[in-house]
Amino acid sequence: MSELIDLSAAEAAKLTRAGELDRAELFDAYRARAAADELNAFTWVAEAAPDGDGVNGSPLGGVPLAVKDLFCTEGVPSQAGSRILEGYRPPYTATVVAQLAAAGAPLLGKTNQDEFAMGSSNENSAYGPVLNPWDRTRVPGGSSGGSAAAVAAGLAPWAIGTDTGGSIRQPAALCGIVGLKPTYGACSRFGMIAFASSLDQAGPLTRDVTDAALLLRHMIGHDARDSTSLPFPGEIAEPAAEDLRGIRLGVPDELAGDGVEAGVLESFRATLALAERLGATVEPCTLPHAPHALSAYYLIAPAEASANLARYDGVRYGLRVDAPDLISMYTRTRSAGFGPEVKRRIMLGTYALSSGYYDAYYGTAQKVRTMISEDFRAAFERFDFIVTPTSPWTAFELGAKTADPLAMYLNDFCTVPMPLAGIPAISIPSGLSDGLPVGFQLAGPAFSESRLLDAAFALEQAIGFDGSAARR
Amino acid sequence: MLDSAQVLHVARLARLEFTDVEIEKLAGELSKVLDHIEKISELDLDGVEPTSHVVDVVNALRPDEPEPSLPREVALASAPDPVDGGFGVPSPGAA
Amino acid sequence: MSTAYEPVIGLEIHVQLATRTKMFCGCELSFGDPPNTHTCPVCLGLPGTLPVLNARAVQFGLLIGLALGSQIAERSLFHRKNYFYPDLPKGYQISQYDVPLCSGGGLGDVRIHRVHLEEDAAKLVHVGESGRIHGSDRSVVDFNRGGTPLVEIVTEPDLTSPEQAREWLTLLRATLKRLGVSDVNMEEGSLRCDANVSVRPVGSEQLGTKTELKNMNSFRYLERGVRAEIDRQIGLLQSGEPVVQETLHFDPASERLTPLRSKEEAHDYRYFPEPDLVPLVITGEMRGLAEAELPELPAARAERFERELGLSAERARELAFRTELGDYYERALAGDGHDPVAVANWIPLLVERIGSDADLAQSKVTPEALATLAGMVIAKEVARDAAREVLTQLVAEGGDPRAIVEQRGLGSISAEDGGLAEIIERAIASDPDAAEQVRQGNMRAVGPLVGFVMKETKGRADGGEITRLIRERVGSES
Repeated sequence: MSELIDLSAAEAAKLTRAGELDRAELFDAYRARAAADELNAFTWVAEAAPDGDGVNGSPLGGVPLAVKDLFCTEGVPSQAGSRILEGYRPPYTATVVAQLAAAGAPLLGKTNQDEFAMGSSNENSAYGPVLNPWDRTRVPGGSSGGSAAAVAAGLAPWAIGTDTGGSIRQPAALCGIVGLKPTYGACSRFGMIAFASSLDQAGPLTRDVTDAALLLRHMIGHDARDSTSLPFPGEIAEPAAEDLRGIRLGVPDELAGDGVEAGVLESFRATLALAERLGATVEPCTLPHAPHALSAYYLIAPAEASANLARYDGVRYGLRVDAPDLISMYTRTRSAGFGPEVKRRIMLGTYALSSGYYDAYYGTAQKVRTMISEDFRAAFERFDFIVTPTSPWTAFELGAKTADPLAMYLNDFCTVPMPLAGIPAISIPSGLSDGLPVGFQLAGPAFSESRLLDAAFALEQAIGFDGSAARR
Repeated sequence: MLDSAQVLHVARLARLEFTDVEIEKLAGELSKVLDHIEKISELDLDGVEPTSHVVDVVNALRPDEPEPSLPREVALASAPDPVDGGFGVPSPGAA
Repeated sequence: MSTAYEPVIGLEIHVQLATRTKMFCGCELSFGDPPNTHTCPVCLGLPGTLPVLNARAVQFGLLIGLALGSQIAERSLFHRKNYFYPDLPKGYQISQYDVPLCSGGGLGDVRIHRVHLEEDAAKLVHVGESGRIHGSDRSVVDFNRGGTPLVEIVTEPDLTSPEQAREWLTLLRATLKRLGVSDVNMEEGSLRCDANVSVRPVGSEQLGTKTELKNMNSFRYLERGVRAEIDRQIGLLQSGEPVVQETLHFDPASERLTPLRSKEEAHDYRYFPEPDLVPLVITGEMRGLAEAELPELPAARAERFERELGLSAERARELAFRTELGDYYERALAGDGHDPVAVANWIPLLVERIGSDADLAQSKVTPEALATLAGMVIAKEVARDAAREVLTQLVAEGGDPRAIVEQRGLGSISAEDGGLAEIIERAIASDPDAAEQVRQGNMRAVGPLVGFVMKETKGRADGGEITRLIRERVGSES
């Protein structure tokens, strides 16, 4: 059993496709671990392996997949971490999940998350916080905390999550695994319970870069049901780079110094030195508007969210609190169903869009966004990838940042610029600091995922991070 | 910078209700966040076009061809108050 | 001293498009089907769903813009219009805001402000005694209609009377019908009209405070509602009270206007660009396809009837503003040698007999038959009155006018026909007083004499001809 869970997803897939490993046995092994979960990573676990799960030659080999709860899964609870959707079972399945199931990755379970993807610690879930497998007194990061903890703890071979301001990359960093946010539009958003429409993207959370590439390959693709989805030029190649010769890495002054914890900065610099030994050139660069990315993000995302969450009104599904008149029904339902962080962001977003404030807030934020995209564009003329620490600090203690929303928002300052520009970024574990994982982030131009994964692979091999301690 | 009256107004727009204590707390929290965010107003953004769409795509159109609708029981499956084949709600005019 | 006021009226029209499917999903459009049988996760606003724009709805919007002579935006955007109501499943309506599909243009005497695309709300039915909003406990939502493609047309405040508003809306309706983009049926709700009404002292350039009259669902109600509101506003101003900006509902039964929403509850729609849709770019190809599809529109058709066929302005409009009349008319003229003015005059007579709601295309009177009949009258083969008899029979049984005239012996009798002279003698003998009046020049008295002859000849003689012969016979002095 312990050998089974030590296999990476790609390794397991290879064995099942070769007939050397029984898919049902693999599924059951993980199912048992997920059902015995003590980290509160899962909100729902499958009761049994699916029968006859497709052709033997399926690329993903029947390796079971943990899916963040906000992906609609037909007939299975999809609650987005919220009380307002408690018990809700959608009549359809998200495109990305259906694609992965068809490619041979059956649903293992739904993972816990910050409510409506709003949070950086998974402490905003209506279903309780998730614990970090490296230290159960600490947060796993968020909002895809459940997916990250599950993969890191060996409760799932791989998982998918969503990233809006860092919600895949940051928990990946805090849990010592790999997390990738693809180019905006690369994966379909149909069936993803929306937080911020112009930022949300689905992506893989995996043990290693090879698994991430394999999963991503079957997540991408234009979907006619998502107007903002794009055809991916070319395929996601299997990562194989042995070094970083000819790769130019840019380190932005604004995102790799001030505000980053000493231990994280140390690990970051060590990784840069390693990159140079692998043949990369490493130079400073500037993203002048990056210091304002957090502000732009915390105007745009809540604004879009305030509209996306207006449908939770107790009329057609979800929670309803009875009341004699309509407005009271709306107000009581929404007030009872949403947690404090969600309400805060709805208020912020509503305010930013309201009459008299649109230009100063939302309007200005969208201009800042244009400048951030421009900053990256200029940087990518000189560099292949921009590199930063993923998170300014390692996993903090449960409750340490819940008193101050702004302090919590600062978790995201290295990860929000990329979704604003719509570009892909990956986080890989670069080491430990005081026994806690540190993440290293690489960002590339739109549709550079294959090259990004390749470079991350070379670095990963050289770093040789061992995450098995968290799986015990 | 955001006072309780403003918070109350925004809450009404968003169909949320808060106790007086919560309103004051919210006013403080939101003001603090807005103070930080306000710095973007110091930037020189003259002539910059706001991003309305981050993908470089236009005309995502669909042919006018019917697709199967949901059976009614499925459409109503999660309805809190299904009535005569429809979604029951308290009347808007009451009050 | 009382000021004279003039009305200033603008219209806001919502047109349901006659596409097969909804604006943002593939559910079929329906009318009158059981509730919630045409819904899907998208139009129900289920979590995780996304809109995809209907190409045909765009084409129809483009056709409307071109027909109204609007500027077509090369690139337009969709926006979210945010508010809470049970008939709005997402808690926002996808519409267009500051970058609409079309701006400007005009129809007849009225300038168009803008034309844009949006989705319709669902239907809220009130369960309770009166069936009205107030006083019912519970409402029930039917999402069949939700998501139907709409085009919103907003005019400039160029209308100056309730009658003109009604006439103009009739022209708009005919134009849209001709384009084939909508059923434009006010009773069914595929054409809905709100009016913005204000008054100002005659000759003033400033606009007064306007009120909005919502959802008048017939042409008659529109006219009466607007008139009632104008009267109400003038009444207020004349007693020194101001007009308050508000939204009103007109009850045609009681002629009363009641406020729907007060200013305090005015919505803050918090418009922002719809991130789930991408910009709409009207390519040269799309525009070319639409232009090729544009039929001759009622206003242009009326003008052509006047100019090329010599019809009066009134007759031309009568035939052009109802597409089916215009089509019938042109088919009637298809053969050789028909007199356009004469044929035109017979169509209203036909419509009178079959009823203005009836479908002319279904009538037993073929256009060729009507044209033939008109020609026979001109050629004096049959007198006007007898021809009306023929028409009656055509309406009831169809057939060929020549055959009917022959079968029933309705051919005209002329002066050369000896029999006519004899009948005239008898007419004069029957009413010597009238004859004497006519002789003295009082032409009003000729009526009964002509009537006598008409009856005797079964309408086969021409009235004018009869009058002339009578006057000759009595030696009329005038």
